[in-house]
Amino acid sequence: MERREFLRTIALAGLASSFKFSDAMDILAQSGRNAKTGAAYDLIAVMGGEPEMMFRKAIAEMGGMGKFVKPGNKVVVKPNIGWDKVPELAGNTNPKLVKEIITQCYKAGAKEVVVFDHTCDDWRKCYKNSGIEDAAKAAKAKVIPANEESYYREITLPQGKNLHKAKVHNAILDCDVWINVPILKHHGGANLTISMKNHMGIVWDRGAFHRNDLQQCIADICTIRKPAVLNVVDAYRVLKSNGPRGTSAADVVNPKALFMSSDIIAVDTAATKFFNQIRTMPLEDVAHLAKGEALKIGTMNLDGLKVRRLKM
Amino acid sequence: MLRKIRIGISLVIFLLLTFYLIDFAGILPDSFHVLAHIQFIPALLGLNIGILLFLLVLTWLTGRSYCSAICPLGIFQDIVIWISRKRNKKKRYNYRRALNKWRWGILALVVIAFLSGFTVLLSLLDPYSAYSRIVVNIFKPIYLAINNLLTWIFTMFGNYTFYYMDIFIAGIWALVIALVTFLAIGYFAYRYGRIYCNTVCPVGTFLGFISKYSLFKVHIDTSKCNSCGLCARKCKASCIDSKAHKIDYSRCVVCFDCIDNCTQGAISYTLRSKKSAPKPVSADDPDMSKRTFVATLAAVALASPKSVVGQGVAMLTGNKPYKRKHPLSPPGSISADYFTQHCTACHLCVSKCPSHVLKPSSLEYGIGGMLQPMMSFENGFCNYDCTLCSEICPNKAILPLTKEKKHLTQVGRVVFIEENCIVHTDNTNCGACAEHCPTQAVTMVPYRDGLTIPKINPDICVGCGGCEYVCPVRPFRAIHVEGNPVQLEAKPIQIKKEEELQIDDFGF
Repeated sequence: MERREFLRTIALAGLASSFKFSDAMDILAQSGRNAKTGAAYDLIAVMGGEPEMMFRKAIAEMGGMGKFVKPGNKVVVKPNIGWDKVPELAGNTNPKLVKEIITQCYKAGAKEVVVFDHTCDDWRKCYKNSGIEDAAKAAKAKVIPANEESYYREITLPQGKNLHKAKVHNAILDCDVWINVPILKHHGGANLTISMKNHMGIVWDRGAFHRNDLQQCIADICTIRKPAVLNVVDAYRVLKSNGPRGTSAADVVNPKALFMSSDIIAVDTAATKFFNQIRTMPLEDVAHLAKGEALKIGTMNLDGLKVRRLKM
Repeated sequence: MLRKIRIGISLVIFLLLTFYLIDFAGILPDSFHVLAHIQFIPALLGLNIGILLFLLVLTWLTGRSYCSAICPLGIFQDIVIWISRKRNKKKRYNYRRALNKWRWGILALVVIAFLSGFTVLLSLLDPYSAYSRIVVNIFKPIYLAINNLLTWIFTMFGNYTFYYMDIFIAGIWALVIALVTFLAIGYFAYRYGRIYCNTVCPVGTFLGFISKYSLFKVHIDTSKCNSCGLCARKCKASCIDSKAHKIDYSRCVVCFDCIDNCTQGAISYTLRSKKSAPKPVSADDPDMSKRTFVATLAAVALASPKSVVGQGVAMLTGNKPYKRKHPLSPPGSISADYFTQHCTACHLCVSKCPSHVLKPSSLEYGIGGMLQPMMSFENGFCNYDCTLCSEICPNKAILPLTKEKKHLTQVGRVVFIEENCIVHTDNTNCGACAEHCPTQAVTMVPYRDGLTIPKINPDICVGCGGCEYVCPVRPFRAIHVEGNPVQLEAKPIQIKKEEELQIDDFGF
């Protein structure tokens, strides 16, 4: 135990010192805030339960939603609602998980919880058929559109390598905290889509990402001044092939897992390693992980983190 | 009373149809497309025998009540006429002779042009399609602008009841033609009443021929009539010859204005009287219309070897150096030929397509198919599971598809140009096309330096255009869909049966 604590301290110290050398004052502030949550673990991995049960377990291990959402906060819960697909086809985040997160936010005293995604298919069909609109509304969240450019404002990304500015949805820019809730899927372009790739649903011009080195741009957008306080990766159902859309139920497996961390690189690394058991997926192929680590967004070194693994 | 019933029915149909055409939010369910299905030309082209029979029997029984109570362009003109009367209390009409040569000439021309594959003339003159185009191309953008204004106001207060919609002009030609139709018909209605219906409209001419023999008619009782001429002055169809106490039933749209205005109670709507039966013809001397009707039929029969003419028209108009060799007709439309022969460009599908894929053509189908919708992937791509256009098309130019059938309907085939692809030119990942492909006719396969590049399998492509829409390369994209002149059956996706995978560990 002592050894682990020691290593953790070293790792944190190393992380902190690396920040000092960069000019990323806001990232420093961010990481400071995350450290302040004082969560017992850096990363939680749960397997074998229903989506809402796994989340309950994980957030309790983290020390409760209150570590991330403060009373009176305006919260955004950002699932992946990209496709006109039913939950069974694993194209979008599990609606039960989204609902549970919203409920917990309100329990922690959130003033308002907003849900949106910049979809690929027609947004009204996606919101409806994913089951997320109904689930979110049942939990009293505000489900808002993202289909038009005027819902977005331009921000700068001083840390970005290829992407120096992006138009980001007002809801993200105007909230107090946001929670990133992607689903783990195979992806024809980026090889995998997890928490980092889910940022493409908060921006307006995705074409720019594809034009300017997709993997680098995914890492770049994650340098946003207001990163998600928590990333919850839905791996209850996983699209193992033909992603991110899938062609049939044969593309879907049901490993019933969930990963949670404030460190976006760590949680995506964990999810990639998990996916690698379903289908070979070396970390190098998910190139935005290493590119993100190079931008000091987080760490791919899970051994240096305090990880809690749970089976239900 | 009759007049009030007529106004009631016509306003209900008119308002519902108009709102259905502009309604983007699904406030009226899609079953309201029945209001388009009950229109005459759609029923005729869609061979909707039930509706066709109903309209013919209705006309034979009651006269041209279609023109007064069902036809949206007729009701639109009545509203213009009502405004003109409100603004000018002394507004009066006079009896005019029927322009039968014009009427039958135009009808014959429309029929011959149609059979020659030159549908555009019918598209322009069919009253339902003309009105529907006005609504979709002029009224709908205005409605959207109002919506966006409301959205702006409500969103400021954190209320998301309204949402922004892209306002885009579906097609510049469609807009111009809709505007011209709107202004021209509006102007003529304002000045001269129902002159379009009684001179130009092919449906009016045809139904007018039947209504001459209708069972119920408006009659002038000469024993009560004091020949004041009020009825003729109030007749927006200009079909009452009050001096001769005669009514041209081929032009009477049974609006009943004359009945309500007659101070003597001399006009009534009754079973046709025996007295006038021997000569049911209008004020014109020889029965021109009957002769022209026969002549029209003959001309039509002669024009029947339409393929010859059609080919000629295609040779004159087609094969221009466009990006695409063949336009993409909507899924379910069998072939470009079938589609262009059945569509009158009412733009109902253009308005209702949730992905904004359908767009009025300019010359892609040739001059004869102008304004007919085609698929364009500038603003969106065809939703894999959506079959809406096929369900609502009143003309059956797009035949109904089930979801399963649509998944195998290939409207076009994917074409990949590697030299344009970002993976090739920039050495970076992209994969946006494969990401959007519902059948994985585009997949990413290993390329150099650990990159993946699109590989296409056109046989399983349905032509939805997701890849073309999202391809980030400009001005010429790396991937696009080439239209199938005849829609083909796509090969079903191969679903590999894999062993059930058991994952027990986290893997880290």
